[in-house]
Amino acid sequence: MAISLPLSDSIPLSDAPPRGTERGPEPPLGRRIATFLGTRSGKIGVGLLCILWTIPTVGLFVSSFRPANKILTTGWWTVVRHPQFTLANYRDVWSTTGGTSLGQYFFNTVKITVPATFIPIVIAALAAYALSWMDFKGRDWVFVGVVALMVVPIQMAMVPLLSLINQGAHLTISGHTFTLFVIPGVKGSVVSVWIAHTCFALPLAIFLLKNFVQALPRDLIEAARIDGASHLVIFTRVVLPLAVPALASLAIFQFLWVWNDFLVATVFGPSDLKPLTWKLNDLVGTKGTEWQRLTAGAFISMIVPLGVFFSLQRYFVRGLTAGAVKG
Amino acid sequence: MVELGKTFLQAAIGIGAFLAIILLIYGLTTLLRGRAKERAQIFPFLGFAVIFLIVGLAIPAIRTIITSFYTNKGGTGLNVDTYIGLKNYRQIFADPKTRMTLLNNLWWVILGTGFSVGVGLIVARTADNMKNERLWKTLIFLPTVISMVGAGIIWRFILTKSSDPKHEFGLLNSLTGVFGAKPRAWLLQQQNYLPGLPHVNTSLLIIVFVWIQAGFCTTVLSAAVKGVPDSLGEAGRIDGATEFQVFRKITIPYVMPTIIAVTTTTIIAVLKVFDIVQSMTGGNYNTNVLANEMFDKAIPQNRPGYGSALAVILFVVVVPVVILNLRSQRRARELG
Repeated sequence: MAISLPLSDSIPLSDAPPRGTERGPEPPLGRRIATFLGTRSGKIGVGLLCILWTIPTVGLFVSSFRPANKILTTGWWTVVRHPQFTLANYRDVWSTTGGTSLGQYFFNTVKITVPATFIPIVIAALAAYALSWMDFKGRDWVFVGVVALMVVPIQMAMVPLLSLINQGAHLTISGHTFTLFVIPGVKGSVVSVWIAHTCFALPLAIFLLKNFVQALPRDLIEAARIDGASHLVIFTRVVLPLAVPALASLAIFQFLWVWNDFLVATVFGPSDLKPLTWKLNDLVGTKGTEWQRLTAGAFISMIVPLGVFFSLQRYFVRGLTAGAVKG
Repeated sequence: MVELGKTFLQAAIGIGAFLAIILLIYGLTTLLRGRAKERAQIFPFLGFAVIFLIVGLAIPAIRTIITSFYTNKGGTGLNVDTYIGLKNYRQIFADPKTRMTLLNNLWWVILGTGFSVGVGLIVARTADNMKNERLWKTLIFLPTVISMVGAGIIWRFILTKSSDPKHEFGLLNSLTGVFGAKPRAWLLQQQNYLPGLPHVNTSLLIIVFVWIQAGFCTTVLSAAVKGVPDSLGEAGRIDGATEFQVFRKITIPYVMPTIIAVTTTTIIAVLKVFDIVQSMTGGNYNTNVLANEMFDKAIPQNRPGYGSALAVILFVVVVPVVILNLRSQRRARELG
């Protein structure tokens, strides 16, 4: 991808703010900063800051294509003078013969991420419809409960949820243990990660979608009802098409959240279905000095999020400003 | 390619099974008539959400609170068996290591939030008047979409110290080498340059967080800054206000709900920070934070009681921030 930097022609480098034109008491710091930021040098400063922000990623990207003996002896910036590139690092970490087989972990991440994005959003959309357009007692209280659960951090529910998934629910009354239920076939399968991600995603997803679905025009839904449309038809034919922008934003953020997640997969993931992030962290511990592998591996984990970001950028801003970020 | 096909097939089966269950339940409700049908149909729409929320979140959260008063003398993984009252909590606050952890968290909140929001505000305000505004904001935003584990590797690579001092390839050691400084293992540096400030290694971890979070702050604040009506600024200028006065008296108050929303979102993210610490130092060398210690104690070290107490402390700290956040987000939306 070519990024042209406009520094050279649009912003003259020599234009410093006028000095010594004003006398009198020193203006306060905040004011000086604000004044500085309005000047050309302020803009150049922010431009440089933005470039500085990209350097770490660029360094990783460039390094991942350098031969191992070069990575470990010279800085990546020396490629300007001695360009030498190879795909060997990627072949090595991706294949099963290299000892890291990131290819397998990449697919594990896909297996976790796709359903763990889809399922919570469907459940949240259904709930948002019920909370907005179905009449029943206690509707508002359900929503209050959803909002209240937004304050529960993952750490707060993690351990009991894990034991619930692995061991089922038991009740011990004066020494006697009764098994309330056991979830069959979930322990040690990818389904446990899906369930965990769904639980942690739901409060925010329901909250955001309910706000959106509720704001749809009442006339539209009333008209469909008068025509005799059932709830399922109204939901799939009227509400879902209109909610696409909100669903898309939410889906992107949930997708990225799950793709990049490390904690939930580490705790809930069965040992043969750990995701990329888990393997990368493992590599840091076991092969922490093999930078040819770490750089290529890290970049493999970043390709999909970067691709999603660049192709769906406008949904990002919309989602962020709507508060679609899990803290 | 076969592998990819199998992967998607498995994902599709999971999704398909889930949709089939919902449709089946809905289908059953259509057999009913009248009010009974109306009532029964609430279940396929809301039932899953309520079950997941109660069984998967509400009850576990309550159980964590109860567990925090217990310990597992028998030492059987996730299960606790012995009631010990407030002992877990007393131990947390008595242990100097955990006190260090709490102090680190405080630094994370102050510096991590301060710099993220500060950089966000500066870039949002300045980029607004720059050419190629989108390009600059994209550069800042880029780190936000990559995983914290990935970011941890990126920064470890910058901070790395070569085993052969003649061939430093880490960016930071090469830079300090230009000024004649000896290469350091940066993540092991537990001294502080100025008294009262956090350790060097903790500060570096905070920098990684700011690198990730600043893009989020910039994007949201930038949308708010653009939402300030031009007429307001114009009116101020006609009345003789300077550019700085317009910024401070009009722009800042106007976007204040957004600043609070961004700040509280960032504080929540900071308090829960786990991946960065886990992948860069593993919480060693006095860099531990609450969320990482909670994980270490509860899962690898098999101390669910102690881990739960740490989770409860995290919860108690997060709750007021989340409430503030929800309120300010609502206000920010009403204005925006």
